[in-house]
Amino acid sequence: MDYFLQQLINGLSLGAIYGLIAIGYTMVYGIIGMINFAHGEIYMIGAFVALITFLALGSLGITWVPLALLVMLAASMLFTAVYGWTVERIAYRPLRSSPRLAPLISAIGMSIFLQNYVQILQGARSKPLQPILTGNLTMMDGAVSVSYVRLATIVITVALMYGFTQLITRTELGRAQRACEQDKTMAGLLGVNVDRIISLTFVMGAALAAVAGMMVLLIYGVIDFYIGFLAGVKAFTAAVLGGIGSLPGAMLGGVVIGLIEAFWSGYMGSEWKDVATFTILVLVLIFRPTGLLGRPEIEKV
Amino acid sequence: MTAISVSSPRAIAWPAIIKEAALTAFVALLLTVPLVGLRTVDRPTGLGLETRWNEVVAAVGLVFLGRIGICLIREGQGVLVLVLAAAAAAAGFFIKMPTEALRIILIVGGAIIAIRAAMAVRTGRSKLSQAERDKRMDRIAAKVQDASRWLGPIGVVLALAFPLTPLADRQLLDIGILLLTYVMLGWGLNIVVGLAGLLDLGYVAFYAVGAYSYALLAHYFGLSFWLCLPLAGLLAAFSGVLLGFPVLRLRGDYFAIVTLGFGEIIRIILVNWYQFTGGPNGISGIPRPSFFGIADFTRTPAEGTMAFHEMFGLEFSALHRIIFLYYLILVLALVVNFFTLRVRKLPLGRAWEALREDDIACASLGINRTNMKLAAFAIAAMFGGFAGSFFATRQGFISPESFTFIESAIILAIVVLGGMGSQIGVVVATLLVIGLPEAFRELADYRMLAFGMGMVLIMLWRPRGLLAHRDPTILLYGRKGKGAGGPAAGTAAAGGEGIAGGRAK
Amino acid sequence: MTDLSMTPTVKNDTPLLTVEHLTMRFGGLVAVNDVSFTARNSEITAIIGPNGAGKTTLFNCITGFYSPTVGRMTLRHPDGKEFLLERMPGYRISQQASVARTFQNIRLFGGMSVLENLMVAQHNKLIKASGFSIAGLLGLPSYTNVERESVELAKYWLDRVRLLEFADWEAGNLPYGAQRRLEIARAMCTEPVMLCLDEPAAGLNPRESADLAEILTFIRDDHKTGVLLIEHDMSVVMTISDHVVVLDYGRKISDGDPHFVKNDPAVIRAYLGEEEGEELPPEIAADLPEVAKRAEEGA
Ligand SMILES: Nc1ncnc2c1ncn2[C@@H]1O[C@H](COP(=O)(O)OP(=O)(O)O)[C@@H](O)[C@H]1O
Ligand SMILES: [Mg+2]
Repeated sequence: MDYFLQQLINGLSLGAIYGLIAIGYTMVYGIIGMINFAHGEIYMIGAFVALITFLALGSLGITWVPLALLVMLAASMLFTAVYGWTVERIAYRPLRSSPRLAPLISAIGMSIFLQNYVQILQGARSKPLQPILTGNLTMMDGAVSVSYVRLATIVITVALMYGFTQLITRTELGRAQRACEQDKTMAGLLGVNVDRIISLTFVMGAALAAVAGMMVLLIYGVIDFYIGFLAGVKAFTAAVLGGIGSLPGAMLGGVVIGLIEAFWSGYMGSEWKDVATFTILVLVLIFRPTGLLGRPEIEKV
Repeated sequence: MTAISVSSPRAIAWPAIIKEAALTAFVALLLTVPLVGLRTVDRPTGLGLETRWNEVVAAVGLVFLGRIGICLIREGQGVLVLVLAAAAAAAGFFIKMPTEALRIILIVGGAIIAIRAAMAVRTGRSKLSQAERDKRMDRIAAKVQDASRWLGPIGVVLALAFPLTPLADRQLLDIGILLLTYVMLGWGLNIVVGLAGLLDLGYVAFYAVGAYSYALLAHYFGLSFWLCLPLAGLLAAFSGVLLGFPVLRLRGDYFAIVTLGFGEIIRIILVNWYQFTGGPNGISGIPRPSFFGIADFTRTPAEGTMAFHEMFGLEFSALHRIIFLYYLILVLALVVNFFTLRVRKLPLGRAWEALREDDIACASLGINRTNMKLAAFAIAAMFGGFAGSFFATRQGFISPESFTFIESAIILAIVVLGGMGSQIGVVVATLLVIGLPEAFRELADYRMLAFGMGMVLIMLWRPRGLLAHRDPTILLYGRKGKGAGGPAAGTAAAGGEGIAGGRAK
Repeated sequence: MTDLSMTPTVKNDTPLLTVEHLTMRFGGLVAVNDVSFTARNSEITAIIGPNGAGKTTLFNCITGFYSPTVGRMTLRHPDGKEFLLERMPGYRISQQASVARTFQNIRLFGGMSVLENLMVAQHNKLIKASGFSIAGLLGLPSYTNVERESVELAKYWLDRVRLLEFADWEAGNLPYGAQRRLEIARAMCTEPVMLCLDEPAAGLNPRESADLAEILTFIRDDHKTGVLLIEHDMSVVMTISDHVVVLDYGRKISDGDPHFVKNDPAVIRAYLGEEEGEELPPEIAADLPEVAKRAEEGA
């Protein structure tokens, strides 16, 4: 039972990370209908910025953990958001009206570029980091112990999701964002600055992915330039599983994928866990392409 | 759009330009501070940081100047910018810079701005609209396509003659084989992506199936290459049908992701099923091909077999086998090419192109979309399988390392950059994507970086690919007939836009 | 030609297409609601109705793009073969039941030439002749002969729609009206028994509309093809159709010859709006006289 609970917490925290990345995929897909293939790389950059910030803080002598974590969070969200913005501005915006494949190819190119960019600048070796947030919360007389990092991941994700939902449903910005999702031309005619909203979508997606990157750094304590690819594909799977275009769907999909992966590794060994995820992706797309929470779509003739 | 002539004297709005450039530079600053300015380094005590503020300053400065250059082009100062940018690129090329990265930024950035300036000077306009650029490139592509009618055969003759010339040393032959392998893969994938319009991100899976089919059949059953080649093709085609059947109904980009997923699944299986596939260590000692099963390329052949050099009364040379491999892949690639050229003129090929254009209209004409796509998928997979078993026999060693997603991306890039559906485009793109990096081996570190950036730039510059131009597969009035002006240079009326919009969806 | 349809002439007895109780729902929206009608061979059956009435949805059901929620659609060929359209997957309806269609927003293969568009339309015949490409790859005469015939058929229809000289043009580069005509030619190249046209005159000028009417009567009279025509242009509908079905909010509100439909009060209401406030909510209707009086006094 304790093992089960352990895996549950592992799965939830992993799922939270996938969910945070998946939101970026889902929002971009919702608004411009493309798979932002470079999003996994944005997440990887988020992790690197968090790592660099931590090291920089260390060399400045700031070691009080709560402050360090806050600064890491802020810095990685800020700098990564700029990357998200730039990628859209350079590689996607000029291709808005091009044949459908063009932005996807451009995104693949961007993804390869960013991966190698980080590899060249920061080195190909994986970057280990001593645990920052240590300690466990023990419950049930020590039968279950949950690390603070994982708990923090879940709590922060829930908080972020709450704030983010408020942003999308309650604010002027969120309304404009949803309007653009429905009909960009019409929204433009009604005075919404569509380019700005699309940029903001990328910025928000990148900031959330940066949080995910920081979480991964804290939980696993090691990152490298290549982590974006697999995490990106899995987060995309999560977005599709939840129903692409749907924000709660992305989170739900992330949690489902995280749980499956955690339980699969926990009980079956970790070698085949990636095959499990990919198989789910394939099965979902074949049998329920609209995902768990997506609306059914009929081929418009 | 009003044409701004180069000579028209106009006050340059410096404050606005400086402001714009400063904003861009500020973004560059935010981008470079964490990743360029601060480098993680391994120290005995753990991770440490190094600072490289000079590179940040240089990068931000260059971005600032570059942006000013672009603004000036817009203001009609093309000539000035051209000279300065060219000078910057030259400086990067000849003068020693503190770091390699800086040098490359200077060369590439200078060159890009110089090219833009040069184009602006030539047309007297700061920027061509996408449609105009497209039309221009299409005209060039049409010329190349026309020329390929005689360039193609000449190229084939040259490729055939090459190993017989004294030029052909081991290294060049190896590069030739490498290029031809990618040309073959590009042509194979072109069937799916270029003709049928299905974005396959997992083509390398079939390459892997072909390679492992041969390796495993040879390893476990001792079958010869010549028997395994068709078998590998069949197995790859079969796996193509197996994978394709459930997913071909999916919408374009979902399809892309699922094929990516399949590619990864196959790779993970190869890694994890080590009892059978050798796992991450791969399979070594894969038998080399014989001379059509008649003779061997060894100096002292085994009992009962003949040696190639003895058979033809030649001096023994290790090069013979390489030359043979070269011809083998050349023939295989040409088979794919001839197949594609012919099938385009058949109902099957026309149905593929029609599916790419509008698959709903295809259904309304009674075309079984699934079967047609499946055929494209299976045939391309088969060619991928052939290439795979060639790869296995050439290397003598294979491992899952060779079949990662990046390999699929490279093949796809060849197809897309060349111009989807263009056979000659694949050759040109292979020379660019594979040939150039081979030629600049010393820049190996920057190879993939440039590759990614190149993919983005070419898409921005020409979203349909370098040599995308489509010749009709059947003409009523012949090549110079009365309709000849129509296809390429017809008046793009409202309808033309409608279709373009339809394609973009 | 106009007045022939005054008397309901029966050209042949068994209808080509029988639609019974067809209903198509999209979630809560009932786009087509219990519609039944018949269409005959060698007749033009027009389907009219305001925008959003469900006409295109009806076509999509008949041609297999949507599978209807309820209903039966029977197609009977002149030779007696019968097809239940709602049970056939989309492409078979064209392939076996020989129903061809055009689209409200033109769907040509824009990057292919005009002639190629018509060759693709003959795909099923050609791919069989090419031995699923084997004979074709070898260039056997069994295939090349059929291909030559196909080109002839394409030329015939190109001539009919006056596009012969544009045969080698890229279809997407044709002017709008020519694209509409090409789409009809493409549909006819499948040699259908029934042709479904979704607003073929939309965006055409009066001259082009008259041309279109001529092409349609030619298809009906010389090719004995049944035509199902969605059209807004009443001048076209009233002059060439033999039979008119009127839809409004997914329901059939009238059905008969053009003259009958033109004078049907239900149709007039649908097109001109409700005559008077006959369906006012009761609480408004109750004090209406009073309010009206007060308003008058105030004025
Ligand atoms: N695929 C679909 N999904 C949801 N609603 C649809 C779909 N297709 C059509 N509709 C709705 O059905 C109604 C009828 O549409 P349509 O058949 O296109 O009308 P018409 O062709 O008569 O103008 C409209 O309200 C339309 O919004
Ligand atoms: Mg309609």
